[in-house]
Amino acid sequence: MLLIHCPYCNETLPEVEFAYASEAHIARPAKPSDVSDEDWAEFLFMRSNVKGPLYERWRHIHGCGRFFNAVRDTVTDKFLTTYKAGDPRPDLSSLTEGLK
Amino acid sequence: MSQYRVSGRGRVDTSRAVTFTFDGKSYRGVQGDTVASALLANGVHLMGRSFKYHRPRGAIAAGSEEPNALIGTRRGAGRFEPNTRATVQEIWDGLETSSQNKFPSLKFDVGAVNDAAYMLFSAGFYYKTFMWPRSFWDKVYEPFIRAAAGLGVSPTEEDPDHYASRNLHCDVLIVGAGPTGLAAARAAAVEGLRVVLVDENAEAGGTLLSEPQARIDGKPAWDWLAAELEALKALGVKVMTRTTAIAYYHQNLIGLVEKLTDHLPKLPADTPRERLWRVRAKQVVLAQGALEKPLVFHGNDRPGVMLAGSAQTFLNRYGVLVGKRPVILTSHDAAWYAAFDLQDAGAQVQAIVDTRADVDALLLNEARARGIAVKLSHTATATSGRLRVSSLRINPVAGGTVGSGQEIRCDAVLMSGGWTPSLHLFSHTKGSLTWDDDRTTFLPNNTPEDCVIAGASRGLWGIEAALADGAEKGRAVVEALGKTGAQVAYAVEADRPGTGVSHKELPTDLSAGKAKAFVDFQNDVTAKDLRLAVREGMRSIEHVKRYTTNGMATDQGKMSNINGLNIASDALGKKQPQVGLTTFRPPYTPTSFGAFAGYHRGEHFEVTRKTDIDSWAEAKNAVFEPVGQWRRARYFPKPGEDMDAAVRRECAATRASVGIFDASTLGKIEVVGPDAVEFMNRMYTNPWTKLAPGRCRYGLLLGDDGYIRDDGVIGRMSEDRFHVTTTTGGAARVLNMMEDYLQTEWPDLNVWLTSTTEQWSTVALNGPDAAKLLAPFVEGVELTEETFPHMSCVECTVAGMPARLFRVSFTGEIGFEVNVPAHLGRKLWETLWDAGQQYGITAYGTETMHVLRAEKGYIIVGQDTDGTVTPYDCGMGWAVGKKKPDFVGMRGLARPDLQAKNRKQLVGLLTEDGSKLEEGAQIVFDPKQAIPMTMVGHVTSSYDIGTTDQPIALALVAGGHEKMGETVYIPMPDRTIAAKITSTVFVDPDNTRLKI
Repeated sequence: MLLIHCPYCNETLPEVEFAYASEAHIARPAKPSDVSDEDWAEFLFMRSNVKGPLYERWRHIHGCGRFFNAVRDTVTDKFLTTYKAGDPRPDLSSLTEGLK
Repeated sequence: MSQYRVSGRGRVDTSRAVTFTFDGKSYRGVQGDTVASALLANGVHLMGRSFKYHRPRGAIAAGSEEPNALIGTRRGAGRFEPNTRATVQEIWDGLETSSQNKFPSLKFDVGAVNDAAYMLFSAGFYYKTFMWPRSFWDKVYEPFIRAAAGLGVSPTEEDPDHYASRNLHCDVLIVGAGPTGLAAARAAAVEGLRVVLVDENAEAGGTLLSEPQARIDGKPAWDWLAAELEALKALGVKVMTRTTAIAYYHQNLIGLVEKLTDHLPKLPADTPRERLWRVRAKQVVLAQGALEKPLVFHGNDRPGVMLAGSAQTFLNRYGVLVGKRPVILTSHDAAWYAAFDLQDAGAQVQAIVDTRADVDALLLNEARARGIAVKLSHTATATSGRLRVSSLRINPVAGGTVGSGQEIRCDAVLMSGGWTPSLHLFSHTKGSLTWDDDRTTFLPNNTPEDCVIAGASRGLWGIEAALADGAEKGRAVVEALGKTGAQVAYAVEADRPGTGVSHKELPTDLSAGKAKAFVDFQNDVTAKDLRLAVREGMRSIEHVKRYTTNGMATDQGKMSNINGLNIASDALGKKQPQVGLTTFRPPYTPTSFGAFAGYHRGEHFEVTRKTDIDSWAEAKNAVFEPVGQWRRARYFPKPGEDMDAAVRRECAATRASVGIFDASTLGKIEVVGPDAVEFMNRMYTNPWTKLAPGRCRYGLLLGDDGYIRDDGVIGRMSEDRFHVTTTTGGAARVLNMMEDYLQTEWPDLNVWLTSTTEQWSTVALNGPDAAKLLAPFVEGVELTEETFPHMSCVECTVAGMPARLFRVSFTGEIGFEVNVPAHLGRKLWETLWDAGQQYGITAYGTETMHVLRAEKGYIIVGQDTDGTVTPYDCGMGWAVGKKKPDFVGMRGLARPDLQAKNRKQLVGLLTEDGSKLEEGAQIVFDPKQAIPMTMVGHVTSSYDIGTTDQPIALALVAGGHEKMGETVYIPMPDRTIAAKITSTVFVDPDNTRLKI
């Protein structure tokens, strides 16, 4: 079971307190009615499904209840970092540097 | 004393006799014995039959890796466990054990005919043998496979034991309390770290228990061990025995199973049988040691053929000679020491047969000094003996040629093919392995976890090397935790490190097709099977494994993996690392379901949520049903009534006078804040801006894909406050969705969301007399059509209780929902129940609720919708605020697919013959078309126990809204039913009954 750092509680806690909430940084268009069918389908359905570091969303559902973002390696399952919703996405190269 | 017990040897207490039974026969062992050691002390090697060929088998090992000696253990009623390893189960007075896979008896087994017919049972035999003829499958093959499949017999009674679980946090967890683990524990403990040391055996010590000849720091091994354990405990080390590390999960979470009672003659009160520990350790030291490898030769599975190291353990730890005239067969130095120990304990070793040409002169001298015959450069080609080995056939090998054979009479064959590091937990960490040609085995490489692996687990043999590596790795762990460790050295005398060579199957003069040289004893896989699998096209070790089932038994190939790999890679002509190693998966050893379930059984399996009114329903003999985690009253039968009769009565009474219903489980979310109305406009399809405080509205919630997710009545309590209701099962999901949009898409909105489901008890009154019944209790509002029309809500007082009163209807009758603080629910219910007697008030449950709503065409999300249904499909376009700039699902609804004409749409169905349709039944337009027919929809709701004069149904039908009055067909197994498409509203289409 993974340990996850909640950037709001500033505590590292067991995975069972959290819920996965799909890929991060997929913003809902501000005016959906202006968006083409193709772009809307892209927003709704298409996800990157990477092998390696993935930006994703988690919710501290059995804690503070906040949604936050994370970078997690889909190969090792490990969290590389977590950060508050709305913060810019961290640079992957700086995160992966320290890994073995 | 028993025939094979050696006085003065072992750690057992020979002064304390223990009596137990095996297959109904009583045996005497001594305190400290396992079932296997006690049976061996009595000269019993035959302990079971093999899985596929029903060959007689005995214990081959002395520990948890044992593949053959699987037994059932019984302790009175309900306490039966199959597949227990006889080498692990400790005996106690009264223990009942039984062998497995035998019929009618262990000594005479008719299934052993499989052994004669072994050609049929070669690799992949399931795939080949049971192919044809097709008609044989149901009557011949399947019953045969089912009867033959499975190890042991499942217990049938409920387990009377209980199981516990606990969390544990520590600085260092050490798995394995042999010399490596002990040294690592000391290194960490002296620095003040919290150390946990676990071992699956009944006592700590590992190899030291089997090697009393060694001296550590000048003390005999066992004295040193006793003193060291005392010292470690004094340093605060938590030493846990009979505790198996079954699995290594992410970030140093290790699962331990501690066996607490299986070894005790009397069950202590209130002690769990097993306890599952979830240990989160900052650092982990894996010191699991190594497992001895069998040699692969014809007849290597006969009872009495066992691992040399295990024979040594039976002698030195349990004081049992596994044979009086053993012969040693080895490719490794280790077995020579077994020969010496057994000879010194009174056995007459018949010969040491070594496959190697060159053996250490010291060993040769020791053998000579004891008068033991030595055969170098020899192979073994057969054993004989029916239920126990009586001779070994050996042949000289020169220049790759196998010479003529010679029989050696014996009563045991002690073999050693060298050692395999135990990498199971290391592999659970996704640790990478490297192939080591010298030792012909995989060794650990890198792991992503904060974990080190030490001692024999990384290919270091001998006690001195184990202690040194344990101390060094212990120090590494100390330093990883930011402390400075000290260098420690141990002086070891009479150590037995040794070297050896590794083999595929041993060379033989038998024709290849004849040899039954076992690799996987538990699944009866031979070297021939592995070679056949490669000939038949298997290339990856994963395919070879599945085709032959090598390594797939409950021992997970602890003994067979490397031998299997060596043979497969030889057959493929590739190096072992190119063929690869199969994956080790948790648990390390078979684990009881009870340990995993822990406290979560029976009523504690899952939470049962009950309303405040639930106790009233129970007293009235309600029949309950689960709805999500809630327990809800389904109907309230009177004596003699079945469900149909009860529901028919409840429905009729509600339409005739008044029914009372516990609606407390409805999800409730309080949406509050200056931007609450804007938030509601964006979340729900409906427009909310113009909804006045004191009014409520039916709201539809979609996903951004445009499909219905949830629904419920929403009241505007004040300008900035909404009382949102959701479906019973959907409350948590809806709140999560609302929070998601609020926090991440619209963080600028000033809104708070609070789950209030459990803050309110909700009593629903429905029926023509509902207003008359309720009015006298309500203060603050008059219940007239003018002052409190349909779809009103108000905060008021009901029967003296603070309340939120809604005038809503899910039945088509005049309806009220009274919300009071949760703990007042039953009080309000009983007040209304008593007052309602004058109107013949009737309590109804969820079944009646379902029927009455269906008669009015009100949908149930998840029953009449399935995640692909839009508001328009349901005929609820009226609920969609088309003029709003945006709401969740608005853009999705504009997708061409969701606008298509021929979508499945919700309609009513009335059957022509007045029969009731089955929910889920498929619908076709043309019943005469060829099979497979084009299915155009399905029945979603269907009832024949309501207040209509014929059965009604709701259905999703392609283009249904344009087909009013047309006939569709529902093909059933015995007939085809015709039904007419109608409106979804079967009762009071003009809503006249909603008026007071």
